[in-house]
This record gives sequence, C-alpha cells and structure tokens, in this order.
Amino acid sequence: MGELIVFIIFATVALVSAIGMVLAKNPVYSAIGLLGAMFSIAVLYVLLDAHFVAAVQVIVYAGAVMTLFLFVIMLIGVDNREAYGPAVPAQRIMTAVVSIGLFAAIVLAGRAAWITGSNAFGTPDLNGTIENVSDELFGTWTVVFLSTVMLLTIAALGTIALAYFGTDVPDEEATL
Amino acid sequence: MSIFIEAAIRAVFVFGFLLVTVILLVWVERKFVSDLQNRVGPDRAGPWGILQTLADGMKSFFKESIRPTNVEVALFVAAPIIALMTALLIFMVVPIGAPVEINGTEYALVGADLNVGLLYVLALSSMAVYAIVFAGWASGSKYPLLGSVRASAQMISYEAAMGLSLVPVVLFAGSTSITTIVEQQQGTFLGVFPAWNIVLLPSFVIFLISGFAETNRAPFDLVEAEQEIVGGYHTEYSGFQFALFFLAEYIAVFNISALTAVLFLGGWSGPVFGPAWIAWVWPIGWFLLKTWAIVLFFVWVRASLPRMRYDHLMSFGWKKLIPVSLAWIILVAIAIGIRDFGLPWS
Repeated sequence: MGELIVFIIFATVALVSAIGMVLAKNPVYSAIGLLGAMFSIAVLYVLLDAHFVAAVQVIVYAGAVMTLFLFVIMLIGVDNREAYGPAVPAQRIMTAVVSIGLFAAIVLAGRAAWITGSNAFGTPDLNGTIENVSDELFGTWTVVFLSTVMLLTIAALGTIALAYFGTDVPDEEATL
Repeated sequence: MSIFIEAAIRAVFVFGFLLVTVILLVWVERKFVSDLQNRVGPDRAGPWGILQTLADGMKSFFKESIRPTNVEVALFVAAPIIALMTALLIFMVVPIGAPVEINGTEYALVGADLNVGLLYVLALSSMAVYAIVFAGWASGSKYPLLGSVRASAQMISYEAAMGLSLVPVVLFAGSTSITTIVEQQQGTFLGVFPAWNIVLLPSFVIFLISGFAETNRAPFDLVEAEQEIVGGYHTEYSGFQFALFFLAEYIAVFNISALTAVLFLGGWSGPVFGPAWIAWVWPIGWFLLKTWAIVLFFVWVRASLPRMRYDHLMSFGWKKLIPVSLAWIILVAIAIGIRDFGLPWS
C-alpha cells in the first residue's frame, strides 16, 4: 500500500516536471524540470528494489549532468536568445511524429508484458543488488562492458584531440 | 514494531542529534578559532559563552527575512531548505555505535543501513550543489550568481576526486555499506596496530581535502569569499533563511568529519572496558572522539591557511588530486588482486 502511494506521487511528479521542462520559457526552469524528472525516476527505481541503479541515476544524471547543464546555462546567460541559433525547420511536426512513434512502441511493447512492482522477477536478494549487478557486468557481459568502456574512452579522447589539435580554423577570439 | 514507526523514530533521533551537535559545533569553532587567534571569543551568554549559538538562533528567528524585489521567489525560498535537508539526510547512513541489544532484539545504531550507503552519500552531496546554485541564481544579483557559478564548478571537480578516493575503501572492504566497512575495521593488525583503513593513506588525504572543498570551508571558501563577492550565494539572504544555510554548512562539516572517522579511522571500533551494561557506551564515545578530533582539525586549518586562488583550485583538483587518485586505485587493485588470487606467475 505504501509502495503504491509513493509510486503515484513520484510518477505524477516525474510527468509534471517533464511537461514543465518542455513548456518552461526560462531555460533554468527547463533544467529544473528535467532534474525533477530524473530524481523522481530514481525514486521509482528504489521502489523496484534497484537501489544501485537509483543511486547511480542520482549521481550521474541528477547530479553531474544536470549541474553541468545549469553551469553552462548560467555561463552563457539566461536571457541570451542569440546563443540558441536558428530553429530547425518543421521542428514541431517532426517532434510530433517521433513522440507518437515512441508512444506506439511503448504500447506495443507493453502488450507483450507489463512489468509491475518489485516482485516482477521473483523476490530479489535485497542485500545483494550491487553484487548481482557486478556479477553480471564482470561475469556474463564482460566483453560487452569492456567494449562500452573502450567506446566511451575513445569518445573522450576524440574530444580532447579535437580541442587540442583541431586548430586549422583561425581562432576568432584571437582576431578580436 | 511497524517498519514505518521504527524508521520515523530513527529519523527523528538522527535529526535531533545533528541539531544539538551543530549548536555545540558552532560554539566550539568560535572558541577554538579565538584561542588560535589569541582572543577571547564569545563569553557573555552562559558559562564560557556556551549559550551564544542558542542566542544567535533566537535572534535570527525573530529577524525579518528580507526578500529583494527581483528574486525568483519559489527557488529563493526552496534553496535553504534543500541545503538543510541534504545535510541532515547524509548522516542517516553513518553508524554512531556498535549494535545494541534490547529485549533480545539487536538494533543497529544507524539511521538506515543501506547496501549502497557510500553511493547514497555521494548522491546526496551532489544534490547539495543545487541549494547553492539555486540560491545564487534566484537571488537575481551578480555576486550571488558569481558565487554559485564558482560553487558548481568547484563541487563537480572535487566530487570527482572524492568519489575516486572512496574506490580503494570499497575495494578493500568489498562492500559499499558503511556498516560493513566499519565492521571490517575491527580488531588489530599484527596484534598492535588497529586495523583501520588509515593504511589507505593517500585516499584518506584526498578524501579530507575534497571534504574541505565540498563543504566550502577555508582554504576552499571561494564560493562565499567575503573580500571578493560579498557573501557569495547567501548575500541576499537574511534572518532565518540565512540561519538555515549556516546550519547546513556546519552540519556538512560534521558529516564529513563523521564520514572520515567511519571510513578511515575505524568508526566506533576501540577498546571496551567495564561491566556489560555500560559496554555499549564505549563505541559511541570512540566514534564521537574521532569525529570531534577531525572537526577540530577543520577549524585549525581554517584558522591557519589563506584562501586559494581560483585557477590554483581548479588545477589542483583536476591535475593533481584526480591523477593521484587514479594511480592509487590501480596500485590498490593490483595489491588486492595479489592478496586474493596470488602472484600472476605463481
């Protein structure tokens, strides 16, 4: 019963803040809406007994990523309209098509199986969620995991290489 | 007993403990800094001025909370509450004593023994950034904004170092539950030395340094540098809202000290004397002793070191602390691998 109440509260918060993110005129409030959605999803993970995933969700998304967003928004300046660049043509129509497609995909997937509550996969061992995750990551899926690590490292290295060596374009600030 | 009632009792106890502690802590800091600076400090309210914090609290409670005209009201009001809540919640996973047996049931002296305890601490300390960022932005003037931009950059940088400094502790204990980490530090090493995680000395030093940065204490107090940006993020706050920020900062100092004691100095482990009915007091005493020693170290550093320059702060965090932590993680991982699986050629 308590679980259901918490779910209803935070599912509502997640939806409301996601809608708020899209509708907010001020980019700072958009960021706060996204933050609210991320945090509520972390609470939903706790309800599913996925404590590790919940903690990672808060550390990575609600913590690091959103702080970075807010930092950039504040650094550029909240009222700086020019920084956003020109709008993509037919943006609303494309958004509508993609959203309807995603929603249809979710409903179709849901027809196969709805996963509800923490007992969907049998009763999990509460004191072992981290151990279970790491067993899977470093046991069953080692190659996949390490490939992902390689991919991310290469992406980071590429960014650094671009920033350091990609100076063929004359530096605009130097000419000012 | 219903699980909800037990959780509520634990939460109320932890919050009460922290509020009493922070009243003492503010007084101890002011007295100790006074001693280090060769002056008297508060001495009017009560014996040795011990009631000074209470008097200040009453004063700020009855002062008017001024709200400047161009603030974003919702965030301006929410920011100090977020600051206090995150500070209070972090302490929920810190065990303050050995488990106590009452009427045959064993109760752990901890708010909540999460199996992701350390990650919970990191998650909440990354939430604490928002209080400062929101406060600075919602104030609608430039000094608070400067303070909060500094804060977000500083706290992201040092959070990375702090997270990395905890990895060897987790590797060593084989668990992210803080209770397990403390239990694993019981007993002695070679029969003489306590088996504390202090052997992970580089981790201890990096954790303590990033703790200073996370709590915005001197020498990393650029976020609220009085000489440069008035008061930083809390420039526009007054009355009780300012007091909430003040409380949150001191609770954060106590949290970091308690975490250092628990993760590196063995927490409540220590010798126990006397009859059985008094034995449960000793672990709590050892925990408090270690924590307050680190609190005094915080105050000592504040009184001794000047503020760092901003570019020094950034290059110290990214170019020194993080590479050293990474190298140390690799060393510890190799050592633990050899301990558990033997030498690779044997």
